[in-house]
Amino acid sequence: MLARFARQAGRRLGLAVLTLALLSVVVFAGAQVLPGDVGRAILGPLADPDAVAAINHEVGADRPAIETYFTWIGHFLVGDMGRSYTFRTPVAPFVGTALLNSLKLAAVAFVIVVPLSIGAGVYAAMRAGQWQDRAISVVSLSLTVVPEFVSSIALILVLGIWLRWLPISASTRPGTPVLEQLRHLILPALPLVIVLFGYIARMARAGTLEALDSDYARTAVLKGLPQRTVIVRHVLGNALLPTITVVAAQVGYMIGGLVVVESLFRYQGIGSLILNAARGKDFPMLEAGILTVGAIFVATTLVADSLYTVLNPRLREGGR
Amino acid sequence: MTAPKSTPALELRDLSVAYRTGGVELPVLRGVSFAIAPGETYGLVGESGCGKSTAAFAALRALARNGAISGGRVLVDGQDITNLDPAGLRQLRLSKVSMVYQDPGRALNPSMTVGRQIAEVYEAAGTRRADALARAEAMLAKVRIPGTGRVMTAFPHQLSGGMQQRVVIAMALAKNPTLLVLDEPTTGLDATVEAEVLDLIVALKGEFATSVLFISHNLAIIERMCDRIGVLYAGSLVEEGPGAELLSRPLHPYTMRLLRCLPAAGRRKSDGRLDTIPGFLPPLGSIQTGCVFAPRCDFADAVCRTVAPPPVRIGGQTARCHHIDLATTLRRAGPEAAVPAPPTVSSDARPALQVDGVSKTFRVGPHALRAVSDVSLTLLTGETLGLVGESGSGKTTLARLLLGLTAPDAGGTIELDGQKVAGQAKRRSRADQKALQIVFQNPDSALNRSHTVRHLIERSLSRLAGLFGHKRAERLAALVSAVRLTDRHLPMRPRQLSGGLKQRVAIARAFAGDPRVVICDEPTSALDVSVQAAILNLLAELQGGAGVSYVFISHDLGVVRYLSDRIAVLYLGRIMEIGPAEDVFNGPHHPYTEALLSAVPDLADRHRGDKRIRLSGEMPSPLAPPPGCVFNSRCPRKMGAICETEEPTMHTDTGHAIRCHLPQDALGRRGGPPPPERAASRSHAAVPA
Repeated sequence: MLARFARQAGRRLGLAVLTLALLSVVVFAGAQVLPGDVGRAILGPLADPDAVAAINHEVGADRPAIETYFTWIGHFLVGDMGRSYTFRTPVAPFVGTALLNSLKLAAVAFVIVVPLSIGAGVYAAMRAGQWQDRAISVVSLSLTVVPEFVSSIALILVLGIWLRWLPISASTRPGTPVLEQLRHLILPALPLVIVLFGYIARMARAGTLEALDSDYARTAVLKGLPQRTVIVRHVLGNALLPTITVVAAQVGYMIGGLVVVESLFRYQGIGSLILNAARGKDFPMLEAGILTVGAIFVATTLVADSLYTVLNPRLREGGR
Repeated sequence: MTAPKSTPALELRDLSVAYRTGGVELPVLRGVSFAIAPGETYGLVGESGCGKSTAAFAALRALARNGAISGGRVLVDGQDITNLDPAGLRQLRLSKVSMVYQDPGRALNPSMTVGRQIAEVYEAAGTRRADALARAEAMLAKVRIPGTGRVMTAFPHQLSGGMQQRVVIAMALAKNPTLLVLDEPTTGLDATVEAEVLDLIVALKGEFATSVLFISHNLAIIERMCDRIGVLYAGSLVEEGPGAELLSRPLHPYTMRLLRCLPAAGRRKSDGRLDTIPGFLPPLGSIQTGCVFAPRCDFADAVCRTVAPPPVRIGGQTARCHHIDLATTLRRAGPEAAVPAPPTVSSDARPALQVDGVSKTFRVGPHALRAVSDVSLTLLTGETLGLVGESGSGKTTLARLLLGLTAPDAGGTIELDGQKVAGQAKRRSRADQKALQIVFQNPDSALNRSHTVRHLIERSLSRLAGLFGHKRAERLAALVSAVRLTDRHLPMRPRQLSGGLKQRVAIARAFAGDPRVVICDEPTSALDVSVQAAILNLLAELQGGAGVSYVFISHDLGVVRYLSDRIAVLYLGRIMEIGPAEDVFNGPHHPYTEALLSAVPDLADRHRGDKRIRLSGEMPSPLAPPPGCVFNSRCPRKMGAICETEEPTMHTDTGHAIRCHLPQDALGRRGGPPPPERAASRSHAAVPA
């Protein structure tokens, strides 16, 4: 059975690598077809054509695309992400800092949204059909449809400017204590919480409801177990399996998909890194940013799938 | 409430239960009263929707969220639990009541080990973890599970259905309950496994001195297991009495009708149609006055429709009927409408389907799984071939091979009317495809829920028969009336139809293209006996009209016998015996066939006593079939080394072939004196008749 598990994991890993390889091709091709040449973009419209050509030669833009691609990906694989056109320095430190910032923000949002939404979903299921259930359903559904920029602006206005409870800016000076950094991240995390709350809560509610109505939950009740034990041991263990994988799959979005929130809160995450790189035609930066986000998406999906296999004895042990 | 000894384990007093759906209260049980004495087994029978399970859940105060007791009382061991608070209910469930229900796979928590799930019962009662685990393992031994250590750490899905049900029973008995409720405990299991589980229940009942409420739609099982029986119809208890008397001399017309729906032992399709109960179960709450059975009763008059019948007591039996005197005549009446079906197989019939040396090997990782091994058989025009065997014997794979849904291994051939057909359905010609059709067990999953009956049948007519326009309309009308549907049903969607009506739609679809062979895969297993009788009648009738051949798969041997001209017995993908239905039933039998036949409780044969043959262990994995005769690991008649080394050839006698090393005259026969050496292989556990 272990061999079967290993084979499955191997196949998934292979697929993940293939996905990333394809992504790198697409990203590279995308950068190639964007209008304007690199030298012109760097030196400006009034620059001397010879200087432009020299830059193009320096960055390799005058060589065949295939050759450039393989040089780039070859360097990338050994950790060399290239040099930024804009800053004329290696890309890697920029990506590293941005990624760390994004991870912090995602972690704060995650810590808030997961217990809150799962708790709400389970509670709603246990009160199915009653007013508490309806209230949670209506609230979570309405929150889900609010776009991030709307909720961000509303939150900034209410919590940041009127009530002055939380700092508006997400960025802090270098050397700020961690707790203070986290306090700055609460407000930017809230729009994410709002987006994800309804989704996770509904998954948790559906799973719990199904488990509550299951024969094995009834078996547990008829054993005379206390309600707490029935819920915690028999219902939640089975009910939250799909929810956990859904949550894990959202991590990719929480790290890489936050362009709007990051720019509203002036936060140097990987989303704004990609946005700025695209604006400045800083291709090495852009490609590195996108590939990093892609790798995170693929990795979290892989983790989510494996988690489901590990947590589900039916899959872990193989079929009957 | 006199001496403590006579306090009933369970007493329902005038109990009514209603479910609330869409703001309407629907009465499911109406004024049901019965009592179960200490140590007694009380059976509750009736068709689905009659309220059997509701009565069981009400007895444990475990009704679904929208259900509630709307009148009457429930007493367990003398204690009124009708209005017990949650804490009191928990105490009751901790020590006094247990329940086992139909699907053991779903009754067990899929993500907890078996050991933990049983130990939990002891822990809830205050035993420490380590002790609880030890007692759980001891309990597994009590339900006759071999290798308890391994099973303790197993997850439910790693066990077979029979083992799972043993675990559930162990869990239920762990608290040594006063009352054990068994709701269809063997319905999803194979006949041989069912027989083992029933044996176990009988034995444990003795050990634990528990009272049992036993619910089943299977009258023969109820007969075997129960001291007294109650018959539920539309939420009312219409008759009650001691088991043997009630089933041999029923008083209520419904009980009689129910009994007559079963194919009586030895009854064949050529003997005429099966009885059915005309009409349908009334919708919940639709009958407010009079007798609930009146709309379907032959004797109903004005009084029946207006005055609820009082209980009438005759001997130990009680029935609620105004016309018990008239009703008893029904018992004596012969089969209704004795129009014997014409024999469907003419003497010069030609083979419709010829299967020669067909095998199917699946690859499971590095292993080869031989699901069907070298099967050869002939199906004549207009003939029905019954296919029997335990689950995993390859019945369904064989059906899929015939249909081309699974491609057979190279080498074997399937011929239709003498013409070889391709192995895969997609390579078969349109004519070959429509010539081979199937009716599945579960019409729900076979019919597209979003289409109307008209659309479903029309589509088949267009696709299979190539009919359009008014020709299609004509054929549709003919087909609809042939399967006894009416125009009223055409605009309905599957969910608006009952199980029996849905199966008729599925049958109509199979017959849309004038098939040569229809494969019926457990077509009546999900249906009540009265509906089953109607579907069997329909299948026999359609066969007579169209000269179609059937391959009929079923685990119900009575049903197989009724419909089949010939029977093939499968074990581990091999045909162990094949021959005319009567010969297979009367013997000489293959030892496996003999065991299968003996596992079936038979209403007509109630004084058979302990003639059951118990097969030891479970069917071996088809990944590693035993060498020699594949049945040797479980065979009660194993001769010796030859069984383990040499695969027997089919020895044949006038079309009746048996794959066994035993000489023909040493094989078992029905009713014949068992050969002397056989006595030792019989089980010794006594079963009360």
